[in-house]
Amino acid sequence: MTLTLTTASRVLAQLRFDRRTVVLIIGLPCLLLGLLAWMFDGTGVLDQFGPMLVGLFPLIVMFLVTSVATLRERQSGTLERLMTTPLRKADFVAGYALAFAGLALVQSLVVVGFALAVGMNVLGPLWLVVVVAMLDAVLGCCLGLAASALARSEFQAVQMMPAIIFPQLITCGLLMPRDQMPQVLEWLSRVFPLTYAIEAMQDLSAGAEWADVSGAVGVIVLFIVGAVVLGVATLRRRTA
Amino acid sequence: MVNNDVAVRVRGLRVERGGRPVIDGLDVVVPAGQVVGLLGPSGSGKTTLLRAVVGVQAAVTGDVTVLGEPAGAAGLRHRVGYVTQAASVYTDLTVVQNLRYFARLAGLPGAGAEAAVRRAVEAVDLGGHEKQRVGTLSGGELSRVSLAAALVGDPELLVLDEPTVGLDPVLRRDLWNMFRRLAADGRTLLVSSHVMDEATRCDRLLLLREGTLLADTTPSELLESTGAPDAERAFLTLIEQREAPTTSEEGTR
Repeated sequence: MTLTLTTASRVLAQLRFDRRTVVLIIGLPCLLLGLLAWMFDGTGVLDQFGPMLVGLFPLIVMFLVTSVATLRERQSGTLERLMTTPLRKADFVAGYALAFAGLALVQSLVVVGFALAVGMNVLGPLWLVVVVAMLDAVLGCCLGLAASALARSEFQAVQMMPAIIFPQLITCGLLMPRDQMPQVLEWLSRVFPLTYAIEAMQDLSAGAEWADVSGAVGVIVLFIVGAVVLGVATLRRRTA
Repeated sequence: MVNNDVAVRVRGLRVERGGRPVIDGLDVVVPAGQVVGLLGPSGSGKTTLLRAVVGVQAAVTGDVTVLGEPAGAAGLRHRVGYVTQAASVYTDLTVVQNLRYFARLAGLPGAGAEAAVRRAVEAVDLGGHEKQRVGTLSGGELSRVSLAAALVGDPELLVLDEPTVGLDPVLRRDLWNMFRRLAADGRTLLVSSHVMDEATRCDRLLLLREGTLLADTTPSELLESTGAPDAERAFLTLIEQREAPTTSEEGTR
């Protein structure tokens, strides 16, 4: 546990030096939401889609950042060195997840706050919107950790995002209500975590309470745990 | 031999990389408390052997025993320090932040970690650079930070892959003096190099070529047996002896 925290604080120290990345992580979702609010000013579009995007943008940003960060560890040789120290594989993955979860909390607070400031209305409890947005970001970060194991180069790492996120994006109910989709796609959407993230946000914007979204939130948490386990399982001490 | 006298024992090691054997049937013994030089041209399998010793090399067959345990065993991870060929430290952190992280990973508590960091900075002569970001250091300084990150945990066995590449002669001499001091304190050092001059600073030499052991000797024995004036020419002599045993008549004019 102490090595997990040590690793998390090391990752945060790295982020502290990289202010531009932090500004992008927190500022970019705000910028995109701002553009949307401006474009659809005076319509109900922001109320309808805003909460979903508040959950989606952080997920994508965090996925990219963590998959590149772990690839960097692999290529710089630091991961190889870490694998010769008492650091356990779970410490490494959990350390990263924890550090980025902290950043995700700040991100979701700022992004939700900004969305409200530019006129988004949420009928459900706001703290739940923040919680789901943060869980989405953590999910993105854990999926990124797991996906980076599949990437052998920067080119592959960057494309893991469209490869893993876009199919979920298409079937999650954002483009078309899920009950109108072809049956097979609807089944497919049920095994993707993003579906539950979007569903929870949709319900919250329509006035749902904790009891209504607890199921979806539970599924997101399960996917986070699953992604962490996958990330640990795909990490290899011995490499070619 | 008693186990305590042997830091690393390699028997019948075979490693494949990219579908071909890089090391094929290697037997090596590294005595404890000595500086053992692993010498050979690039591509001879030095890094692969070192990676097998620290337990990060895949596709390994044969037997590698380190400090009495199988290579890579969890119990070894605080007893073995490894420095990769390319500097493996975080370039976006300062010298002290890097060393502090590796000190804590080695299990040193807060105050102990700070003292160990100070000692490691001193050992690699990086005083004055403590708060500097590693990415802004010179190449030689960078590799010293990488070395310090292994020293900071004070391991019993140090596995160093070309730690003196790109360093000036004064610093190289100082580092080798430090290696000698560490060995005098009972640490074992397995140091690879392709600079043959450094051979004379070792207690024992392992000469590697194309994944096989060309010689396991001492610096004086090497010069004596080959009659060569320095390690580099001794190495060439050994290769010529190996490659042309049948054409030796032509060689003696």
